Amino acid sequence: MNIHEYQAKELLEKYGVSVPKGIPAMSVEEAVKAAETMADSTLYVVKAQIHAGGRGAGHFKNDPNGKGGVRLCKTVDEVREAATAMMGNTLVTIQTGAEGKDVQRLYVTDGVDIDKEYYCSVVLDRNTSRVSFMVSTEGGMDIEEVAENHPEKITHASIDPVTGMMPHHARTLAFALGLDGAAMKSAVKFFMSLYKAFVELDAAIVEINPLIVTDKNEVMALDAKMNFDENALFRQKAVAEMRDESEEDENEREATNWGLSYVSMDGNIGCMVNGAGLAMATMDIIKLYGGEPANFLDVGGGATAERVTAAFKIILSDKNVQGILVNIFGGIMKCDVIAEGVIAAAKEVDLSVPLVVRLEGTNVEQGKKLMAESGLPIISADDLEDAAKKVVEATQDAQKAA
Amino acid sequence: MSVLVNKNTKLICQGFTGSQGTFHSEQAMEYGTNMVGGVTPGKGGKDHLGLPVFNTVDEAVHTTGANASVIYVPPPFAADSILEAIDAKIELVVCITEGIPVLDMVKVKRALQGSNTRLIGPNCPGVITPGECKIGIMPGHIHKRGKIGIVSRSGTLTYEAVAQTGAVGYGQSTCIGIGGDPVNGTDFIDCIDLFMNDPETEGILMIGEIGGAAEIDAAQYYQDLKVKKPIAGFIAGATAPPGKRMGHAGAIISGGSDTAEAKMDAMKEAGFVVSDSPGGLGRAMKEAMAA
Repeated sequence: MNIHEYQAKELLEKYGVSVPKGIPAMSVEEAVKAAETMADSTLYVVKAQIHAGGRGAGHFKNDPNGKGGVRLCKTVDEVREAATAMMGNTLVTIQTGAEGKDVQRLYVTDGVDIDKEYYCSVVLDRNTSRVSFMVSTEGGMDIEEVAENHPEKITHASIDPVTGMMPHHARTLAFALGLDGAAMKSAVKFFMSLYKAFVELDAAIVEINPLIVTDKNEVMALDAKMNFDENALFRQKAVAEMRDESEEDENEREATNWGLSYVSMDGNIGCMVNGAGLAMATMDIIKLYGGEPANFLDVGGGATAERVTAAFKIILSDKNVQGILVNIFGGIMKCDVIAEGVIAAAKEVDLSVPLVVRLEGTNVEQGKKLMAESGLPIISADDLEDAAKKVVEATQDAQKAA
Repeated sequence: MSVLVNKNTKLICQGFTGSQGTFHSEQAMEYGTNMVGGVTPGKGGKDHLGLPVFNTVDEAVHTTGANASVIYVPPPFAADSILEAIDAKIELVVCITEGIPVLDMVKVKRALQGSNTRLIGPNCPGVITPGECKIGIMPGHIHKRGKIGIVSRSGTLTYEAVAQTGAVGYGQSTCIGIGGDPVNGTDFIDCIDLFMNDPETEGILMIGEIGGAAEIDAAQYYQDLKVKKPIAGFIAGATAPPGKRMGHAGAIISGGSDTAEAKMDAMKEAGFVVSDSPGGLGRAMKEAMAA
């Protein structure tokens, strides 16, 4: 789960991670008031809050040649002007795709004096099964590019969960950035605090890009991106409450409410499968047979009529869908029970696109018989390849007929 | 022979009296698995499914001589259950639970180092040696004893692999579901190693998916082996968009090297017969065995 920059900074600050002063604003008026509150500032930064990076270099749809989603302002009037240009408009960045994202929240911060910019991230390293820090002297850059072309400019620190982060880890990172004196001390405190925040909040990724050293030798997070382990949200109530549903795909959100795992794709063949691996494999085989999957959907172990109905509704709310493939490998759950569920669900949603069903497992013959006798135009398939072939053909026919 | 589990495996269940623990324990016993008891804190001293219930894993091990445990405990408490089993020095722990916080698993992984315990999973279907011992949620009846060792990160896709290899005439020595989480106990390399040392296993089928480097590491490991057995494989997720979690917590493309294409290339390079289609698992295995 992602959160906004201002939310990440609020959380990090509680753990002692330094961030520039800032106030979130949900309207232009609030942005102006925020700037007025920061009376001793001589420079303000107005930042569009969306779940995507590249905001500064982006542009607004209604002003393609204008400034991006991060603007420096010298006066409160300029803050008003910047906020007005952003609020309610659509920001397009390298990460949003061409459709962009609507800006509904702003963050007004104090414009600090930057001496140097660096990169810092904390992730769970799957290879070592440990939390790992990564810092680079190349602040503000795309880190994957740095890793590719200048791996020597990146330093890692892998943290043993038994000891947690020790001062020597933090010193190693600070020295790698070439810091000394007061800046080094500030960096050590920064990294130690960041680790504590990461583990205590069940974060999955924290990216500070850029991490800055101010003219007063203080290390700060100028930007902050945080992503959290969804499996741990049950014990992270404060984080869970930061969820911004307007940033999420409507179908994916609805699926989550049903306990279904759904990812929307660009194609026209909807899929409903039990098990994540088989669901991926089903999309893969549709593609191999010349079709394009419209979604990933794992309906889970208990493919009951209720869940299958919910899944059908979610699949069909994607207007591109012109055919559906249901692929269930009935393990413990019997195929005749699954077939009853599929039939009931197809009737309830009044299915108007071709439906191919592949069942495998216990009582598969009874399941097929039930579908054949249901009076519904269900196309039954024998195996994975047969199913893919049939759904691609049926969808192409439906397309021609339309 | 077979690997990990056989008719001498003495199994207990943690989360025994819960609905999942009860249902799958019944299924396992029906299959012939030698279950000797279960653990549910606070219910020690009672009987459940005709077997004794214990308050702690340690008590269960000392009383029954169990050498394996299967865990059906809800996600918030599952890591604690694994750690309890490690403390009780159980040789094999199979954790079925899906949804364990990953930082809990980081601690578990650390506790496994230097311990006597091998962990399978979490977020996995379990382990089965057909005709002898079924630990987990897989349907027993689709399996048939034979010479192929199957290892996979997925549940139903493993059943698919079993069905397809069965259709071309092969049975299985042991099937291992290592699970779909980013931090897990036993990995592909461990399983290839087990199968290499098992005389009954004549061929290996490895089913991976997008995310992480486990398949590429396994391909490298296999390539460097002096003595090899035929191996076939498949990677799910060729159509998955980058940066999106595909159901499994670990199935997410986060760089250039953890795509299906990169993994399949590494496996081909290492001498695997790789099926580009999930419908060709049986054919790929047959081709590998014929080579």
